[in-house]
Amino acid sequence: MTRRRWVTLALVLGVVALFALPLLLGAPSDYAGTDSLATEAIEQSNPDYVPWFDHVFSPGSTEIESGLFALQAAIGGGVLGYVLGRLRGRRAQREAVAAATSTRDDVTP
Amino acid sequence: MHIAEGFLPPAHAIGWTIAAAPFVVHGARAVVKEVRENPESTLLLGAAGAFTFVLSAIKLPSVTGSSSHPTGTGVGAILFRPPVMALLGTVVLLFQALLLAHGGLTTLGANAFSMAIVGPWAGYGAYRLARKASGNLLVGVFAGMAVADLATYVTTSLQLALAFPDASSGFAGAAVKFLGVFAVTQVPLAIAEGLLGVLLFRVLTVNARPELERLGVLERRPVDEDDDPTPTPTPAPAPTTSTDGEVTR
Repeated sequence: MTRRRWVTLALVLGVVALFALPLLLGAPSDYAGTDSLATEAIEQSNPDYVPWFDHVFSPGSTEIESGLFALQAAIGGGVLGYVLGRLRGRRAQREAVAAATSTRDDVTP
Repeated sequence: MHIAEGFLPPAHAIGWTIAAAPFVVHGARAVVKEVRENPESTLLLGAAGAFTFVLSAIKLPSVTGSSSHPTGTGVGAILFRPPVMALLGTVVLLFQALLLAHGGLTTLGANAFSMAIVGPWAGYGAYRLARKASGNLLVGVFAGMAVADLATYVTTSLQLALAFPDASSGFAGAAVKFLGVFAVTQVPLAIAEGLLGVLLFRVLTVNARPELERLGVLERRPVDEDDDPTPTPTPAPAPTTSTDGEVTR
């Protein structure tokens, strides 16, 4: 493997470790979202505050909600993969063209 | 960083909406201008938007025992300067407010202000500073991505402290409380986001060099930024295109 590949591998492992380690080492926790923790903190310190507007649409269940979150990630991941694939294909094509023209130059002195 | 629907008093909700609106309008014009003047930017603009879309959908566990999501706004801020992200970030927040019951319409202004405006600008500033200090693109990218993420959550904490000051210790006490919820949890996520940004830019410097040079992210002459496997065999395209005299960033 080239040095470049090793660096890539180390970066990926670093990202994975940042999330795996708290799960492995941390005390048992339900990992509630910070957004809902903040909402709870407000309800605790300001018990008389009533939200004055409600969601226009709420997913019927947590399954539907996580499905919609997955959909969001899938759309983003799909578009990102498409762009990176196209950029990579374009470079490969350009290199092939450059190689072809340079060999042609060698043949015709 | 999503302040839940209805969880900002009306005056605050309206105030943040008014504060965010000009940035978003300016950002929309920046996106239209970029696409019109440089149609070849569309691909990378899509990548910047998609990166924010993915990252803000994924909630990740943190050392504090709670979970939170990254923002991914640093990529677009570094590539296209921050105004573009004011629009792209707001689109993501609108999607989540309407379809996921996450965030909300009344808090869209405040959430856009933290994630689509303060985050990208703070990240962009950190990117410029770190890149200048280190002379290395990827060090700048790491700093820019991480700071854009963290600054977003710090802003949310301050917005909530402003709306719900502590009964005894006031704004400062509430700020400490909300920073404890948001900012501390966010530190490992911000580091991870910085690493993801470095991964993405390593791919881009190899595969999208012409765009990065045009956007001023990379210098025009072929410098060996990383251990780039391609010694750039293609000679620079003939400088006949008159449209190339774009503003240097």
